[in-house]
Amino acid sequence: MFSLQGITNGIEKWLHNNMSANMALLVECAIVIFLAISLFAILGLILVLMERKVAAHMQIRLGPNRVGPFGMLQTTADTLKLLLKEGLTPDGADKFLFNLAPFVIMIVAMLILAPIAFATGFQIWDLNIGVLYVTAISSISVIAILMAGWASNNKYSMLGAMRSGAQIVSYELSAGLSIISIVVLTGSLQISEIIESQRNGWWLFKGHIPAVIAFVIFIIAVTAETNRAPFDLAEAESELTAGFHTEYSGMRFALFFLAEYINIFIVCAIGATLFLGGWMPLHIGSWQGFNHIMDFIPSSVWFFGKTFLLIFLIMWFRWTFPRLRVDQLLSLEWKYLLPISMFNLLLMTVVAIMGWHF
Amino acid sequence: MGSVSLIILTIAAIVFSAGGILVSKIFVKGSKNPRKGQPYECGIPTETSPWKQFHVGYYLFALLFLIFDVEIIFLYPWAVVVKKVGMMALVEISIFLFILFMGFLYAHKEGALKWM
Repeated sequence: MFSLQGITNGIEKWLHNNMSANMALLVECAIVIFLAISLFAILGLILVLMERKVAAHMQIRLGPNRVGPFGMLQTTADTLKLLLKEGLTPDGADKFLFNLAPFVIMIVAMLILAPIAFATGFQIWDLNIGVLYVTAISSISVIAILMAGWASNNKYSMLGAMRSGAQIVSYELSAGLSIISIVVLTGSLQISEIIESQRNGWWLFKGHIPAVIAFVIFIIAVTAETNRAPFDLAEAESELTAGFHTEYSGMRFALFFLAEYINIFIVCAIGATLFLGGWMPLHIGSWQGFNHIMDFIPSSVWFFGKTFLLIFLIMWFRWTFPRLRVDQLLSLEWKYLLPISMFNLLLMTVVAIMGWHF
Repeated sequence: MGSVSLIILTIAAIVFSAGGILVSKIFVKGSKNPRKGQPYECGIPTETSPWKQFHVGYYLFALLFLIFDVEIIFLYPWAVVVKKVGMMALVEISIFLFILFMGFLYAHKEGALKWM
């Protein structure tokens, strides 16, 4: 049967048969670099188009439909346009930090790819503290945002970066707590073991009410962490023009834009892994026939299907809820989500210790 | 792939970003104009530098975040062993979260969570 694991194992075997060990490792590294870059490019193109199409259909219009069939080449054309624009650095800006910020945000987005399991046995690095690694690395992106806002020598950028910093930092807490409540159930931080523990059902269904609460809190928190509407105060167009990347133009702007969409993909992938079973097919208890049919769908299809479902959910939020004010945003986190998720963690501990989950 | 993957992914990110910027540098012939370097402020000439004092509220929330973030780091090792330890883990974490929650209530009473 077709599987990504089979292909990677085949390539590895072929390389080791035909080359020396060091050479094979080098070629493997080159393949990983190539795959990671092409994943970034393709994801960026797909997600930007998806955002525009979803937005259009929510508002009963067609969206981009001129470039290519169904407007599929629209984002490619946009990228080419951005490539041909001059990248300006404003006078009086801190040039070093200004140029460093897009690199930092891209490196952060790329590094989080390491522990994500795209399919059965298709993972760059299955490290034993996978979940902790993801939360640790993803909080570095706030430094890049503050860097960009500070270095721009622009009041809008500065305000946007400050707001974004406060927001990301606050919502990290409840995202972390809802991740921990799943770790309580699995007893492991390793991504592959977390997925393996969901073989007979996903945690969203197995973990009873605390898992559902944790899932809802996680989705709200990651929407805020990625600066998406209704939490997009950091780049509120009507008041701050574009927030922390006001002064960026050309390719540097494109990098920020891409990193934003990649971050959405990554948080949704983590959400799908923790709550919806990653690449694990949908299995229902003892329905042997049903489970057997579900096993025939490749694991990569399951993973990307779940992830894109969550991405669609987050895009849906954008056209459903109005933007919050900064005081509402912070009181939502500190007065509601944080106490609720702390209480929810205790509830989850009781469920896990008493063995009330399935 | 092991920890080599971190270096590889960092290289991939740098190649990707630097490649994009360099390609656009090759293609683009920028024009020179003193107005181009001005910070974007909706057409109004810039007054004063943005690098000055900002709202103290951000600082308060950063401090609160620091306390709670350290707490979450303590929770990770606890969460891994909670099923093995059993009931004792629940009691311990209840005490831990209770003390933390008292601190949270104190911060709330002092008005640290209010945006002015």
